[in-house]
Amino acid sequence: MTDAKPIISIRNVTKNFGRVTAVDNVSIDVMPGEFFALLGPSGCGKTTLLRMLAGFETTSGGEIEIDGQAMLGVPPNKRPVNMVFQSYAVFPHMTVFDNVAYGLKVTGVPKAEITGQVEEALSLVHLEDYGRRKPDQLSGGQRQRVALARALVKKPKVLLLDEPLSALDAKLREAMRLELVRLQHSVGITFVIVTHDQDEALSMADRAAVMDRGVVRQIAPPGELYEHPNSLFVADFIGKVNMLEAKVAGQSGGDLVVEVEGMGRIAVPHEGAAAGNISIAVRPEKTLLSADKPGEGVLALKGKISDVAYYGNESHILLDTETGVQFTSTVQNDARRTESSVAIGDDLWISWAPGNTLVLAE
Amino acid sequence: MTNKVARRRRDVNPLEYLKRPWMWLTLFVCFVFLYFPIVTLVAFSFNSYKRAFVWKGFSLQWYEKALNNQSLHEAFLNSMHVAGVSTVVSTALGAMLGLALYRYWFPWKGTYEGIAHLPIVIPEICMAVAMVVFFWSVGIELSLTTVIVSHIAFTIPFVAVVIRARMAGFDTSLEEASRDLGASEWQTFWHVTFPYMIPGLVAGALMAFVLSLDDFVITFFTAGVGDNTFPVKIYSMLRFSVTPEVNAASTVLIVITLSLTLVAMIMQSRWTKGRGQ
Repeated sequence: MTDAKPIISIRNVTKNFGRVTAVDNVSIDVMPGEFFALLGPSGCGKTTLLRMLAGFETTSGGEIEIDGQAMLGVPPNKRPVNMVFQSYAVFPHMTVFDNVAYGLKVTGVPKAEITGQVEEALSLVHLEDYGRRKPDQLSGGQRQRVALARALVKKPKVLLLDEPLSALDAKLREAMRLELVRLQHSVGITFVIVTHDQDEALSMADRAAVMDRGVVRQIAPPGELYEHPNSLFVADFIGKVNMLEAKVAGQSGGDLVVEVEGMGRIAVPHEGAAAGNISIAVRPEKTLLSADKPGEGVLALKGKISDVAYYGNESHILLDTETGVQFTSTVQNDARRTESSVAIGDDLWISWAPGNTLVLAE
Repeated sequence: MTNKVARRRRDVNPLEYLKRPWMWLTLFVCFVFLYFPIVTLVAFSFNSYKRAFVWKGFSLQWYEKALNNQSLHEAFLNSMHVAGVSTVVSTALGAMLGLALYRYWFPWKGTYEGIAHLPIVIPEICMAVAMVVFFWSVGIELSLTTVIVSHIAFTIPFVAVVIRARMAGFDTSLEEASRDLGASEWQTFWHVTFPYMIPGLVAGALMAFVLSLDDFVITFFTAGVGDNTFPVKIYSMLRFSVTPEVNAASTVLIVITLSLTLVAMIMQSRWTKGRGQ
């Protein structure tokens, strides 16, 4: 992938709305055939960035190149991208067939070719028998498929998807995730998806950019975002973390020695340098609970259970540690029982291996 | 006894107003007040006696007479001509105005909007006088054309309001989707925006037509000598003699107005039903 030219190249792009900076000096390269996610909380600028790729917003600064072409001043209808809108934006007065055929008709594709291409696109999204229906006779999921077919029939270089799953119910959303990945593999088009749902990004994307208040915080594959977040924001936005404040005391071998209230001096593996006040963190599912003090070689804190939240497949156990920090530990309910083995008020030790510690310098 | 009342009360849900006797009474009084004059007008158009308010039996002679009245004919055709032309022009201009007010922001937009919608609120007589004074000062002779121009002027804002209300429910991402799929702005307007506007255009046009057809004050002031429209003609007939012929002519006007309104309502409901969202 390293010698391939990026299909989308975003260079120092900025977007101002009056005094508000929605996108601040963002640079991203998306490779051909990639499933790329723009992930972040609402208002982080991810949708604005997508709309700049589609040509619905102008850039205030920086450059966007798609397929080697500079996009400055190129109107939406002349760009090699197509978009699936959050509201789907299926034309209500046209049949499904006419919706899909629209993009071909307006650009003067001969009538004889249109029918075949539309049928092919409809079969791609499993809507072969729905061509003559009107959008109001379709379910939300089917309408979205129409929007997908309508964009894919144009054979774009890049397909842009704006929160495509947010309007679907939970079960359908999960099915559509798999469907989108399957579709992307079969058509081989680059997908850029905007989402605020970390599960969506983690489960579908090859790589994701985590955005926060107009700035890109980290661009990495899902596994790396989760296991090696580069900042407290990324760690906290993607999954849950238990966070402790720490003070860097020194370096020893590949370890960073930090001082944590209630734990004393501890060594955690860390590449690179860090100094001053930082945060260390651990994911809830990487901790263990025990009644007795754990042995050497693990990091541990003592606490009292303040709440047990039951989710069926797992339980989240909240502890108030002696230093006043709240910790969550996730316990798999891997044996059939209706009563929790722990109760509110129990004193327990929470421990984890040093290698599972996230060092968050930012 | 009290038990019975209490039970009856309990049978009526808080929002079931139609199960309450006083509601029926109010409705009845309203209906009488609103429709009694119209019902009498229509009823007496079938009277066989020539005095308007003494019933002497059923007959269609006044319709026959009205139908054969050459000047009434002429007035009716004038009305259709005026209403037809002014509707076409004011629907086109009003639609553009409504669309512009929905879509764009420009300096002094609020003021512009207020002025554009003024004809809806200013008294008709003022509008009429203003029109006549304007035509006189510019030196235009009053004729059916001045009536048409006046009707266009006062019906435009009504069309604009209807179009704007229709566009308030428009999803702008439909236009974006069209552009995204390769359509130019012009193609986008005709393929996506315009079809969405159609119910508003139909409703606006019918409204303009009915307003123009029924208008008396402005027409009376801006028409040239001898240029009668239907309402003006009925008025002048009334001044000579009150015969059931006037009733018959008025009934015809009521029927036309009602049927157009009915058509507008049916089209409106069909469209909203047909478009789910």
